[in-house]
Amino acid sequence: MNAAWAWTILVVVVGASLVVLVTRREQTYRALKDLDRRWIFLLMLLAVAIPILGELTFPEKPTGLAKAVFDEIEKLEPGDKVLMAWDYDPASEGELGPMATAFTYHCCKKGLKMYYMTIFSPVGPQMIDDSINNVLKTEFPHYEYGVDYVNLGYKPGYEGVVKVIVSDLKELYTTDHYGTSTRDIPMMKDIRNIQQMDLIVNVSAGYAGTKEWVLFATTPYPENIKMVAGTTGVMAPGMYPYIPDQLLSLLAAIKGAAEYEELVMSAYGNDDLGLKYRKGMLRMGPQLIAHVLIIILIIIANIIYFAEKRRGAA
Amino acid sequence: MKLHLFALSVVFTSLGDAPATATPAPASNLIAQDHRKWDDGTRIDLAWDLSADDETLVAAYRISKALARFGDFQVPLKFELVEIVKAGTGEYTVADLARKIRLENIKTKYADIVDIESLEATNQKTFPVAYVFQIVAVGRDGATSAAATTPPITPTMEWFDGGRFWFLIIVVIFCGAVIFFIQLARGGRPLKVRKIAGLEAIDEAVGRATEMGRSCLYIPGILDMNDIQTIAGINILARVAKTAASYGAKLEVPTSRSLVMATARETVQGAFLAAGHPDAYRKDLIYYVTDEQFGYVAYVQGMMVREKPAACFYMGAFFAESLILAETGNSIGAIQVAGTAMPAQLPFFVAACDYTLIGEEFFAASAYLSGSAEELGSLKGQDVGKIIVGLGIIIGVIMLSAASVILDGSPGSPFGTALLNAVEYLKQVILT
Amino acid sequence: MKRLIPLWITAIAGIVLIASYFVPYAQGLGELTSIWFDILAGFAFILGGGNLLKVHLKKVSDKVAGWGYSVILLASFLITLFVGLGKIGVHPSPDYPDNSWSGVYNEVGSPFWWLYEYAFKPLTATMFAMLAFYIASASFRAFRAKNVEAVLLLGTAFIILLGRTFAGVWLTSWLPESLSGLKIENISVYIMQVFNTAGSRAIIIGIALGIASTSLKVILGVDRSYLGSARSEP
Repeated sequence: MNAAWAWTILVVVVGASLVVLVTRREQTYRALKDLDRRWIFLLMLLAVAIPILGELTFPEKPTGLAKAVFDEIEKLEPGDKVLMAWDYDPASEGELGPMATAFTYHCCKKGLKMYYMTIFSPVGPQMIDDSINNVLKTEFPHYEYGVDYVNLGYKPGYEGVVKVIVSDLKELYTTDHYGTSTRDIPMMKDIRNIQQMDLIVNVSAGYAGTKEWVLFATTPYPENIKMVAGTTGVMAPGMYPYIPDQLLSLLAAIKGAAEYEELVMSAYGNDDLGLKYRKGMLRMGPQLIAHVLIIILIIIANIIYFAEKRRGAA
Repeated sequence: MKLHLFALSVVFTSLGDAPATATPAPASNLIAQDHRKWDDGTRIDLAWDLSADDETLVAAYRISKALARFGDFQVPLKFELVEIVKAGTGEYTVADLARKIRLENIKTKYADIVDIESLEATNQKTFPVAYVFQIVAVGRDGATSAAATTPPITPTMEWFDGGRFWFLIIVVIFCGAVIFFIQLARGGRPLKVRKIAGLEAIDEAVGRATEMGRSCLYIPGILDMNDIQTIAGINILARVAKTAASYGAKLEVPTSRSLVMATARETVQGAFLAAGHPDAYRKDLIYYVTDEQFGYVAYVQGMMVREKPAACFYMGAFFAESLILAETGNSIGAIQVAGTAMPAQLPFFVAACDYTLIGEEFFAASAYLSGSAEELGSLKGQDVGKIIVGLGIIIGVIMLSAASVILDGSPGSPFGTALLNAVEYLKQVILT
Repeated sequence: MKRLIPLWITAIAGIVLIASYFVPYAQGLGELTSIWFDILAGFAFILGGGNLLKVHLKKVSDKVAGWGYSVILLASFLITLFVGLGKIGVHPSPDYPDNSWSGVYNEVGSPFWWLYEYAFKPLTATMFAMLAFYIASASFRAFRAKNVEAVLLLGTAFIILLGRTFAGVWLTSWLPESLSGLKIENISVYIMQVFNTAGSRAIIIGIALGIASTSLKVILGVDRSYLGSARSEP
């Protein structure tokens, strides 16, 4: 199915609905008044499925926040150290996976040294493995584990972990995720704490995540610890107060991911890369249709509400 | 440690009319002593006499530190940059120093420069760390003076962390206010608290469930007992359980954490006892499901659809599952009362539940439901905290706005500068 | 006595931990107690797991309505536990080839990895995805323009919903640069960064004060509901 078909189906569905609405007002009113929520679920399914299957995409114009995130990574020099704090799980992969992929690709293209870790949950290391397997090992097979990137894995303790590693990383991380002593990992040799990182890139789905990094890392050490983050849409409003002092910038939800992807792919992409680095953009198609559907549903609900009020008054 | 742009430009740019290779005179009388104010043992104050060429040749002073000793064991000095300060600066406080280091960390990080066997032979697990500090005057053309070096020094920890002084004052004022109003309430003074619709509805919800012959569902959040929201949720559970016991309603409490299950069982049992129905208590209705967020909500959702509780209470910490639970409750026609202190989840509860306790209303619920004078007194004390915050915001905004306006009109105005400094003190000292 | 000892433990622990924040010698106590709690929670997990097995075995034996789901739960629990603990199908680590348990439990291709990749991940993502459906039904049911505040809320919602997508960009793309502040995507960013932030901050301040007050009540023993009584005794 291509985009033309997807648009055709959408236009036909909307047009048919309008025709029914206009020609059968009373039946439509009764049906909508007692609408079974399963019809709404079906509409939402179509609103998401048709754009995804039709690969509907729309141009993304990066906003200031996404550009700021991009510029912070662009400022870094090859060999600079970046702490990649992947604080999310499979549930939020839909929103955060594309930005994690884009971050990894961008950092690889800049030749940065990547230190992966997570404080979110025990399943976090699998998300790190996804980034490593899907990006590093595929596009950058010459990158060597232990020299260019390392997976330090998960440590329990939430913000307690952050409080320790700001002064002593190896106190907690005596081995990496695979059991290798950090003493034997070349890129860990001179690392004492995360204040030596040139940037922290945090992808966060909840607790423990961006807020804990802000409270216990960037706030006590504003000169030495700089951070950019990507969060879910629900978390983003809580993070805006921290920009730009404690948090340099933020990618909010799949829109932020799509904008950042656009910037990275414009600068470093090529046609051979495939859709793996455009997942954010692809997911914006259903987001648009779903948002428009929600707006239409709210308008219809209010029409029904005012019609009911008028009939009640009469 | 990053170099400031200023420092880089000073080091690498030629300024002034100084000869191309003029080496500045070194700083002298470099003294290192423990931070003069009470601190947590991580700071050393450095003071030095300025270089004789401070006003002519010197662009900056480069401060470095090196580990000198672990206990009695000397360590080869390896200086690392701490900071570069402008010419004319005669003092600096070095922060983030470690007072002690563990043997395991010495083995991990310094095995190549220290004799580990000798350290192990002492049978000590930790060793005090001594530092040496060095200061070098950097000329405008990048030439550096001889270094001035201090003897080894270990920072001293005091009994009080002076950096937290203002926070202590705020804590004392707030806690004092809460205790004062609790005492006032104990003295019999009536205290008025506004009505909270969600809490008024609890009796109605439990009564409705009893009439319909259906159960009540109570979810105390998905975090563990170390979260204050869970404790607040358990406090409200006690009241709800007492009401359910009085009405003879079935109360089911699936929990996401084992400790919460254990606490909830004690709480509900106590509530049934207090209501005079100890035999009606059923342990099996309070059970553990899973720690995994969506596994838990999948179970609860399925249970709600099958058993159709008539009243659902969501009191505690929730994340993305809040809307799933609330919408499912709506679909089965249950009356729903929610309370959480997660700002991101409040909109979902407000949209989908009949009553929502927003933020501090949730923490006030226990006091409200008990009607106890002491608990109501604590709510009044909380209001003192709000007054302090409100005043702080107003004062800070007025000062900063006034400073901006004054300094825009007359840059360098002493009053404007004083206002700005006061705001900085408020932000960096009092509020940090 | 049964209630007095927990009250004293709560009071002493609370006061000591508050004091330790200001006393550098004791500043590690907070992290230490967190670790103690994690150890306690670890032991409590055995209690929870045991309770889970007991409850669902009882449902199966009594054949209550929905007992089939209990069978599935028990089977999933035991299979995952067995496969994970036993490191079934995991190759030994090259450093210790003779020790069959030396490999990583979630090695790619192992049964445990398979359960995670093809059962746990899709199920979790599915549950999270259900939010999209519920948001639509909640919006249809709840967002009515009943009063002025509701109208303002709806207007803001429309701006944010459109501003987050290409539709908003397209709708106001015709505006000149001098009026770029009126473009929907910029208005939505402004709403989030100014109005929403102000509201969030107010709620967060209230919550913080509520947390402080509740903690103080628990430490001072004013609120004892967590101990198992609905009454607060003097």
